[in-house]
Amino acid sequence: MHAVPLVGKQPCFSCVAGLVLAASLLLSACSDQPWNRPYPAADAGRNILYSSFSERPKHLDPAQSYSSNEVTFTGQIYEPPLQYHYLKRPYELIPLAATSLPVARYLDAEGNALPDDAPSGTVAYSYYDVSIQPGIRYQPHPAFARDEQGALRYHDLTAADLADVYSLGDFTATGSRELTAADYVYQIKRLAHPGLHSPILGLMSDYIVGLGDYAKMLNKVWQDAGGVQGATYLDLHAYPLNGVHEIDRYTYRIKLHGKYPQLLYWLAMPFFGPVPAEADAFYSRPGMKERNITLDWYPVGTGPYMLTVNNPNRQMVLERNPNFHGESYPSTGEPGDREAGLLNDAGRPLPFIDRIVFSLEKENIPYWNKFLQGYYDSSGISSDSFDQAVSIGAGGEVSLTDAMREQGIRLNTAVSTSIFYTGFNMLDPVVGGYSERARKLRQAISIAIDFEENISIFQNGRGIPAQGPIPPGIFGYVEGDAGINPHVYDTTPRGPRRKPIETARRLLAEAGYPQGRDIETGKPLVLYFDTASTGPDAKARLDWLTKQFAKLDLQLVIRGTEYNRFQDKMRKGTSQIFQWGWNADYPDPENFLFLLYGPNSKVSLNGENAANYRNDAFDRLFDRMKNMDNGPQRAELINEMIDIARHDAPWVWGIIPKQFSLHHSWYLNSKPNLMANNSLKYRRIDPAQRLARQAEWNRPVLWPVIALLLLVLLVILPAFFAFRRQQRMSAFGATR
Amino acid sequence: MFAYIIRRVAYAIPILIGVNVLTFYLFFVVNSPDDMARMHLGQKRVTPEAIEKWKASHGYNKPLLLNRDAEGSGRFTETIFFDKSVRLFAFDFGYSDEGRDIGHDIRQRMLPSLAIAVPALLLGLLVNITFALLMAFFRGTYVDVSGVILCVILMSISGMFYIIGGQYLLAKLFRLMPISGYDVGPDMVRYLVLPVVIGVVSGIGSGSRWYRTFFLEEAGKDYVRTARAKGLSESLVQFRHILRNALIPIVTGVVVVLPLLFMGSLLTESFFAIPGLGSYTIDAIRNQDFAVVRAMVFLGTVLYIIGLILVDITYTIVDPRVRLT
Repeated sequence: MHAVPLVGKQPCFSCVAGLVLAASLLLSACSDQPWNRPYPAADAGRNILYSSFSERPKHLDPAQSYSSNEVTFTGQIYEPPLQYHYLKRPYELIPLAATSLPVARYLDAEGNALPDDAPSGTVAYSYYDVSIQPGIRYQPHPAFARDEQGALRYHDLTAADLADVYSLGDFTATGSRELTAADYVYQIKRLAHPGLHSPILGLMSDYIVGLGDYAKMLNKVWQDAGGVQGATYLDLHAYPLNGVHEIDRYTYRIKLHGKYPQLLYWLAMPFFGPVPAEADAFYSRPGMKERNITLDWYPVGTGPYMLTVNNPNRQMVLERNPNFHGESYPSTGEPGDREAGLLNDAGRPLPFIDRIVFSLEKENIPYWNKFLQGYYDSSGISSDSFDQAVSIGAGGEVSLTDAMREQGIRLNTAVSTSIFYTGFNMLDPVVGGYSERARKLRQAISIAIDFEENISIFQNGRGIPAQGPIPPGIFGYVEGDAGINPHVYDTTPRGPRRKPIETARRLLAEAGYPQGRDIETGKPLVLYFDTASTGPDAKARLDWLTKQFAKLDLQLVIRGTEYNRFQDKMRKGTSQIFQWGWNADYPDPENFLFLLYGPNSKVSLNGENAANYRNDAFDRLFDRMKNMDNGPQRAELINEMIDIARHDAPWVWGIIPKQFSLHHSWYLNSKPNLMANNSLKYRRIDPAQRLARQAEWNRPVLWPVIALLLLVLLVILPAFFAFRRQQRMSAFGATR
Repeated sequence: MFAYIIRRVAYAIPILIGVNVLTFYLFFVVNSPDDMARMHLGQKRVTPEAIEKWKASHGYNKPLLLNRDAEGSGRFTETIFFDKSVRLFAFDFGYSDEGRDIGHDIRQRMLPSLAIAVPALLLGLLVNITFALLMAFFRGTYVDVSGVILCVILMSISGMFYIIGGQYLLAKLFRLMPISGYDVGPDMVRYLVLPVVIGVVSGIGSGSRWYRTFFLEEAGKDYVRTARAKGLSESLVQFRHILRNALIPIVTGVVVVLPLLFMGSLLTESFFAIPGLGSYTIDAIRNQDFAVVRAMVFLGTVLYIIGLILVDITYTIVDPRVRLT
C-alpha cells in the first residue's frame, strides 16, 4: 500500500465534507427547483397531493384492514355500498356504489312481514336488499387481462412464468370489467375465509344468517386441502352462504338474525366493499406469494384511486383510476360551509387530485420541518411543535401563532369520536362491586382526578372532559347544563365546575376511608394503577395521577408492565384501576354504550367492556335501545342508561380528544370528517400557488458554504506552511 | 489458511444454534403466541377462535421447545423452535408473520442501507486518518492540543444531536438539501449527502482520536528513530513508515464492521426516511413478528462471524508475520 500521495492530497476533513457538499449543490443547481425539494423535479407543479405515513399498513385486504392507517388507503380504492356525507353533521349515510340506502324488511319467526317500527324482540330476521349502480368498472388490473381467445390471460401461470416478475407492474397486460352484485357477495364470504382472519367475523357471525357455520365449513375444507400449510385459495363460488346471495346482476340480499340497523354503518366500511373473484384467483397462482404479490399488498377496486406504488419502506402512491365511474362534489352541507368556501366546488366531478404520494416519515422533526417548507400539504400537530403552531388565549380560545398565519397556514379542529377513560375493575374487591361503599369511593376518585388540568398540561388543551361515555356528535350526547355529570360537576352560571375536593373527601369518609384510611383497620388505603406506559415520557403523567389520588390522602401504586402482560391482566381481571380508550367504528351510541354492557364483559366473555361493569337495569335498557331508530324514545333510554352509569361510576369519564390539523393555503375543501375514510377524493390543491410558495420559502442560503470553505483554508494554510518549514529544516534546526 | 477457514466455519455452527436458542427464548419470554396473534389481528373485536386460527395458520400452535405429547425425535422436531429455526441454516428465511417473503424484503432494504453506510465509512476513514495524521505530525503543538480538544467535544455530542442539528442547519436554515427522503437512480445522491456528511462528522471525534494514538505509538518506535537517523524526510517517515504500520489495527478494525454495514443504522434511517434494514428488526420487535426477528438476528450473527474471519485473513495480508494455522 502506497499511501503518501493519497493522504497528501487530502488536507483535512472539512475539505472532504466541502467537496461532497459542493457536488450535491452542483447537482441541485442544475435544476431551477429549490435545492431542498424532496421530490423529483419532474413532479414540480403537478396536481399531486403530498402526505406521509409513519408506520406501514399491515393489511390492505378489505377483509382484514381495520386500523386507521390501513383504511386511509383501502377507503380510496374500495367502494362499499354506502358512504358518509362529506360535509353534513351529524354524520349521515348516503349511497356510494348503491343506488339508494337499503331499507330493512323485518320478518317474525314464522316468516310474516312486520312493520318498520316493530320491537326488536319480535323481529326474527331482517332483510337488506342492496342495489348497486350499473356501469361501474374496476381499475385496470392484470387479473382481468384476457388473451385473444377471451380467456383470462394470467390465470394459468406457473411459478416458472413468473421468473421475471417482481411486482404487479411487471405484468404488461391489464383489463377491467363491470362491478356486479356477485363481487359484494364474494367479499362477505371472504370474511369467513380461514386464512384471512377478518376481525369482524365474530361480530358478523352473530348477525348474518349462516356466517358462523359457513366459517366452520370453510375451515374444514381449507384444512383438508392443506390450507394451513400455506394455500389460501378457495373458490368461494362453490360454497353458497345461506344469509347472503345475489338477486340479480346488480342486487344482492343480506339476511340477518333479529334487528340490527347498525349494519348500514358497516356497509360504509371497506369490509363490505367488492372483491372480484378473478383477483383472488390471480393472486393465488404459484409463485405470487413468494414475490409478495397478494391482494393484501395490491388492492383491486373501483374507487377514485388505485394503488400504483406500494413500497411501504419508502413510498406508497395512489393514482387516479381511469375507469372511475364519476361522482360529484356535494352541493349541500351544514351552516357555515358555504362561507368557509367548502361549497365552492359543488357539483364538480371528483376526484380533483391526480396523484397522492405518501412518504414514510418515522420522525416528527423532519416531518414538521418539511410541512413548514411546503413539502407536505397538511400536518397534524405533535406536542413538540404545538407551541410553535398554536397559541391558547386566556379564555382557552385556540388560534394560530403569527408565524403560521404569515405562511397562510389554516387550522382545523374537531372533537373526535373517541374517548380515553380511567376505569375501575368492577370485579376488584376494593374499588369494584356495587356496594354503597365502593360506589362512593369511585365517585370520590372521579371528583379528585382533575381532567381539566390534565388536558391543559398534557394535551395542550386538545380535549374536553367527558361527561359520560358518549362524545359530542354522536346521537345521545346532551349539550349544555343538561348534559353535565351531576356526580362530578356543579352547574354554575359560568358553566360546569368540578365539585370541590371537600365533596370528594366527604364521599370518601362516607365510604369508610376518612383521611384515606380504612375506618375498620386504620390502615391507609393503597390503590393500584396498572399501565403499560412505563417509559420516561409517561412518568410525568403517572406522577400527576399519583398526586390526584394524594389529594384524598390515597396512596396510588403504579404497576407498570409491558403491554402483553397488561393485556393479560385485563383479560384475567387482575387489574384494579387502568386507562383505556375506544375509537368509534360508527356514529351510533350503541358503539359506545356497549362498552358498559354486562354481556360484553372482558373477563367473562372476552368483550370490550374492560371495566367488567354489569348492571341489570343498564343492560335491559341497552337491549331495548341498541336496535332502535334515533328519536326521542331512544334519547330517553340513553339518558336513563347514562344516569345509571354516572351513579355507579365504573369509569372516571376521562377525556374526549380534539383533533388539530394544519393546512397550507393551497390545500382546499378540507373539513374534518372522522367517520368517512374516503375523503381524499374531495380534496383539491392549487399546484401553481404551492410551487410559488415553495420557491419563495426555500431559496438556498449560500454564504455559509463560502464561509466554511474560507475557514477550511484558514486552518489548512498555517498547517501547510508549518509542514513545509519542517520539511526544509536541517538536523540542527536551521531551514535549508 | 483454507483449513483454518473451514475450522472457523465449523465453529460457527454451534454459535448460530446458541444464538438461535437464545433469541427464541428471549422473544417468547416476552411474547406468547397468543400475544403475537392479538398483535397481528388488532386490538378490537378479537375472538379466542380467531386467535387459535391465527396460531394454527402461522405454525404457533405447537409447544415451544419440547413436545411432550410426541414420540421419539418428534419431541424436538414437532415444536415451534424446530419449525422456525432449521430452515434458517439453509438461508431460507421464510415468510414474516404478516405473510411477506423475508428474503425479498432483506434484499430490497440492503441497498439503501449500503448506500449510506459505504460512503460514510470510506469518507469517514479518509477524514479521520487525515485529521489524526495532522495531529500526530504536529504533536505537542497548538494544532495537536486544539485537535484533541475538538475531538473530545465532538465525541461528547450525542448522535441524535448531530442528526437533528445537521437537518436544521443544512436543510432547514440554509436549504441546501432535502431534510429527508430517498430515491433511486442518480437523484439518490441529493438525499444521501446529508446523512453521509452527518455520519462522517459525527465519527470524527472518536475515530481521529483513536487513530492518533496508533500514529503516536508507531512514531515512538525504534524503526522510526532509525528512519529519521538515516536522513529520511519527515514526509517519508510519516507516510511510508508510521502510516503504513499504524494502518494494521485500523484496517482490521474496519474489516470487522464491513459485513455489518448491510444491517444499516436505525437512527439514521429513521430520521432520513431511508428504506434500509436498520429499522427492519426494530419494527419486527415492535410488531412481535418473530419470523423477522429470528431471521435478522441469524443474519446479523452470520455477518459478524464473517467479519471476524475476514479480520483474521486481513491480518495475514497486512502483517506478514501473522500466519493462520
